[in-house]
Amino acid sequence: MIRFLCALLLGLAIMPVAAQDKLPPAPYAYRQLDDPAKEARAKALMETLRCVQCQGQSIADSDAPIAGDMRNQVRLRIDAGEDPEAIRQWLVDRYGDYVSYAPRVTATTWPLFAAPLLLLAFAFMVLRRRLIRGGGGA
Amino acid sequence: MSEPTPPVSLRRWTLWLPLGVFAGFVILFLIGLLRPAEREVRSALIGKPLPEFALPQAIPERPGLATADFRGGKPRLLNVFASWCVPCAVEAPQLAALKQAGVEIHGVAVRDKREDLERFLARHGNPFARIGADEVSKVQFALGSSGYPESFIVDGRGVIRYQHIGEIRPDQVEMILTKLKEAEQ
Repeated sequence: MIRFLCALLLGLAIMPVAAQDKLPPAPYAYRQLDDPAKEARAKALMETLRCVQCQGQSIADSDAPIAGDMRNQVRLRIDAGEDPEAIRQWLVDRYGDYVSYAPRVTATTWPLFAAPLLLLAFAFMVLRRRLIRGGGGA
Repeated sequence: MSEPTPPVSLRRWTLWLPLGVFAGFVILFLIGLLRPAEREVRSALIGKPLPEFALPQAIPERPGLATADFRGGKPRLLNVFASWCVPCAVEAPQLAALKQAGVEIHGVAVRDKREDLERFLARHGNPFARIGADEVSKVQFALGSSGYPESFIVDGRGVIRYQHIGEIRPDQVEMILTKLKEAEQ
């Protein structure tokens, strides 16, 4: 009985796997490029691309088949001599900025980059005024 | 200290400023917390031409699929699906209904095996005029598609007009037909 229950539980645990496809992973999903320099470039890019299905992970981290296919495509295109940023742009053109983990300055994101600079400038002005006034008053 | 005391009214105003900023953050936080998260990644290709691709046939009974198959005449439906995808089976009756209504449906079978696909189509019906085999999700990426099933309405000039994420439910068949009608203009 216990054995039967164990088998049943094991069966249930395996079920989500059965819902996935049965094709072997794409050629370069888990295989590195032969050229270490190219592989390093591909790896750097893959770590900053979001898996569109498992959205908390980069495609370098994810074991989802779609992430494997995306790694395959990134590696093949790097191997063909394509610029990593061109590949990123190709994906951003299709999935929007969300697919990239590397933030860019755009019409909507510029305040994020400008705000710290403005705050620093403001703090500097306040400090300078105080220091000059403090020095003069002493 | 020789510093002159600021007027009382200004002082009072600045005293409440931090609390005001804090309240602002609380409101932002609550909006972010209570609004349901958008988990779908939409394609950025709506209104743009269908990307160039040419896929080999997935099953012997249907020809493969290429961009050229979407040119000329009427709007068509491009359905990204797979035999191993459960919602794709749920969608099958709705695709059959669309085909019944005269819609030309082309399939992109993602990461699929011929035998599995044949079994799937035998069981759930085959509404597709053409089926391309997308073994390494190449066309899926080119379309900006992030899941299965997804349907794209492509007009007669080969421009993507609408993306439907997830299965087409029975109550959405009318909406899809309307969208196809709109794509005729």
